Amino acid sequence: MAAALSFLRSPRFRNLEFLLGASLTLVICLAVLFSDQLFPGGADKMDLMARLSPPFRTAAHPLGTDPLGRDVLARVVAGGKISLLVGFVSVAGAAVIGVLMGLISGYYRGICDIVVMRFADVQLALPFILLAITFIAIVGGSLTNTIILLIVSQWVQYARLVRGSVLALREREFILSARAIGVKDWRIIVQHLLPNLIGPVIVLLTLNVANNILLESSLTFLGLGIDPTIPSWGGMLASGRTYLQVAWWVSVFPGLAILLTVLGLNLLGDWLRDSLDPTGRTSR
Amino acid sequence: MQPSTRNAAPTPAPPATQPLLSVEGLSVEFGGQRVIDDLSFRVHPGRTLAIVGESGSGKSVTSLSVMRLADMAGARFPTGRILFQGSQGPRDLLTATQKEMRAIRGKEIAMIFQEPMTSLNPVFTIGDQIGETLTLHEGMGKAAAAEEARRLLDMVRLPDAAQILKRYPHQLSGGMRQRVMIAMALACRPRLLIADEPTTALDVTIQAQILTIMRDLQAELGMAMMFITHDMGVVAEMADDVVVMWKGRKVEEGRAADLFATPRQPYTRALLAAVPRLGSMAGQDHPRRLPLTVLDGDHVTTVGEARVQDTADYGAAPLLSVRDLSVRFKSRTNWLGCATHQVHAVTQVSFDIHPGETLALVGESGSGKSTIGRTIQQLQEATSGRISFHGRPLSEMGAADRNRLRRDVQYIFQDPFASLDPRKTVGFSIAEPIRTHGLLDGEREIRKRVDGLLERVGLTPAHAARYPHEFSGGQRQRVCIARALASDPKLIIADEALSALDVSIQAQVINLFMDLQAERGLAYLFISHDMAVVEKMSHRVAVLFLGQIMEMGSRRQIFESPAHDYTRRLLSAVPVADPSRRSRRALLDGEIPSPIRAVGDDPAVLPLEEVRPGHFVRRSA
Repeated sequence: MAAALSFLRSPRFRNLEFLLGASLTLVICLAVLFSDQLFPGGADKMDLMARLSPPFRTAAHPLGTDPLGRDVLARVVAGGKISLLVGFVSVAGAAVIGVLMGLISGYYRGICDIVVMRFADVQLALPFILLAITFIAIVGGSLTNTIILLIVSQWVQYARLVRGSVLALREREFILSARAIGVKDWRIIVQHLLPNLIGPVIVLLTLNVANNILLESSLTFLGLGIDPTIPSWGGMLASGRTYLQVAWWVSVFPGLAILLTVLGLNLLGDWLRDSLDPTGRTSR
Repeated sequence: MQPSTRNAAPTPAPPATQPLLSVEGLSVEFGGQRVIDDLSFRVHPGRTLAIVGESGSGKSVTSLSVMRLADMAGARFPTGRILFQGSQGPRDLLTATQKEMRAIRGKEIAMIFQEPMTSLNPVFTIGDQIGETLTLHEGMGKAAAAEEARRLLDMVRLPDAAQILKRYPHQLSGGMRQRVMIAMALACRPRLLIADEPTTALDVTIQAQILTIMRDLQAELGMAMMFITHDMGVVAEMADDVVVMWKGRKVEEGRAADLFATPRQPYTRALLAAVPRLGSMAGQDHPRRLPLTVLDGDHVTTVGEARVQDTADYGAAPLLSVRDLSVRFKSRTNWLGCATHQVHAVTQVSFDIHPGETLALVGESGSGKSTIGRTIQQLQEATSGRISFHGRPLSEMGAADRNRLRRDVQYIFQDPFASLDPRKTVGFSIAEPIRTHGLLDGEREIRKRVDGLLERVGLTPAHAARYPHEFSGGQRQRVCIARALASDPKLIIADEALSALDVSIQAQVINLFMDLQAERGLAYLFISHDMAVVEKMSHRVAVLFLGQIMEMGSRRQIFESPAHDYTRRLLSAVPVADPSRRSRRALLDGEIPSPIRAVGDDPAVLPLEEVRPGHFVRRSA
């Protein structure tokens, strides 16, 4: 137990973490990027004679086929395009807006803080589905609109997290001493506040990537997202649900893809957080 | 132990009885690292043993090991015995199980900690918390426990005990909370009380109260005390016997009077030499830079020169002058957001600082001394009054001039651990004022300057690439000083800058401050609660109480002929590191009053009178 714990804290594990996280993320991203070259037209090709064939039997369909006889492996790889796009872009957008808002409202307080935080409260009080239905009803469903919807509904999380950290940090003496020296506000924010609160933001970021991949599928399931015929991990997960008893592979493999992506990002995120923290650097 | 040849020894010889607690050859390890090595000492019934040492000496680990609380932090005990004469006969605490220890803790050995703020549970009343100990260990009923709790609070001289039982911890002051902790510790009449820095977080007058109460209760109950502290003054006040620890080992032990009079070990001699003693500067007009007594291998040497710190230039116009400065904060507001109560942090304070002069602001918590510093540094808006620099009022300056002031006035904070950004290298932090004000062009110039500053404060250029957590407390404070010097300031505001440091480090930093003053003609606004350090450092002293200056004058006037009651009270409360001067003073009563007042109920400002040239005293009501 103690040996396992000390291994988890050792620099060797840190490097292993980075290696594993980086290679997982890289392999997934490359496969998704070159999906058209890997499986030309494969994602939508139907083979009704071979519908619901189980995995690991034939070389033609290594991960089996779905109820329409489409190759699961090809669809998983192709489906990553939408899922990763939605996951990454929405999280990045929400994080940038949220962190900025949180920094401003936490550091300057006053009227800025009141406006941003009351707006955030209203936002949090609206159920996500209600917001989604209203938003999509007004602007229509598309990939861009799905991403915008996710950004709009999620920036509040980052803003609240960052504002909380800033409120605690701004009273700390090293921020006061920077102010005492006459350092300009934006430099204090960028050079002193941001590096000190980025750790929890990275954790939230990596968790939200998975969350948003699944949210996209919920939206599609409700008919609020993108065109359901375009493959995506969340969509495959949802449509395979009804066949779970007879053909587990239809939903398990896209689920596995989400899991591996999130695992890779989490490992990378942890490594990034730790290597940004100089107090952990001595153990290297 | 050697018999004392001095007939003035205030403590009786140790009794021939069996020791209550006898630690023999104890060593403690954390994760394979030995933090206590071969430690032996004894505590006799009815006597007080002080364990003293600087940070990292292992004194707290020792007390936690006796309580077997160190186990929870992962301590191992490879060798040694801890023999305790409990009510069930002698036993070795190191072989006791945690279940057996629970019966001993609180009942036979009680402990009080440094932080009275965090050692009480905030969601239970005082009565509930004392009652819990009594029902748990003594098996009392609820009514009996409440009655006993009241008696205990009376015993620690808390006024209006019945009321206090119903209150929550946050409604009590720090000193009151520490008294509640003592009452709880004494609830089961323990044979041994372990006090781990019990007064370190308290103001001096409150500290004096607590120490007197503890001493009286010890005589009343006949218990033994183990007193863990870093403060040689407190040791001299309290201890019969002393164990000096250094780096996990016992360096020296003996009776308090002997140890202070004739320390045998070089480390003890160096430690005692570094302790600032109140009254040691009597008869001197100016502060003096004194040579340091340092440990060099296994003997002590003195290094550095003695020099009269005659740097204050009273002929020149004042560098900084503060007139009728008042600072108030909103404390409570009504439903419209208008203030109903205000904190009167600073009320009509006026003083001047001349070039090369050190003005000390002394006072207890809530006296407004830090608020004055922060207002001068423009970290805080003044409510009224005028601050001028070189004769130019701050209120008439534009943004550019105000920013320039942030170059000429620098601030050093109390906590060197908190005042450096943990994610930036020390070199970045030191260069920050230079970059901010654009003082030098080019990275190479800046680097050279940073290297020079690091060398000036006794570090090396190689330190620039390191992060703050890689430094010790004293080194970090040196970094903060280097940073303050980077913009070549005229005035440095040192806000309790020495309070968090060990005495030996403190003595070095005091000398560094004085050397820099002599070199550069720096003026200091030295904010401190430590009267002994103030006496060593300052040219003039202002004593603050509840935001007003009670007395102001030269160092000699304040320390040798204090004219205001509060100054005298403050001076008499300071524990002096000399057991032969142990004061049998009357108990200082009362709490420090709150500076919060209803709007419209302004504090009375009585006039200051000049009793001697330059010596101002607030007329008492």
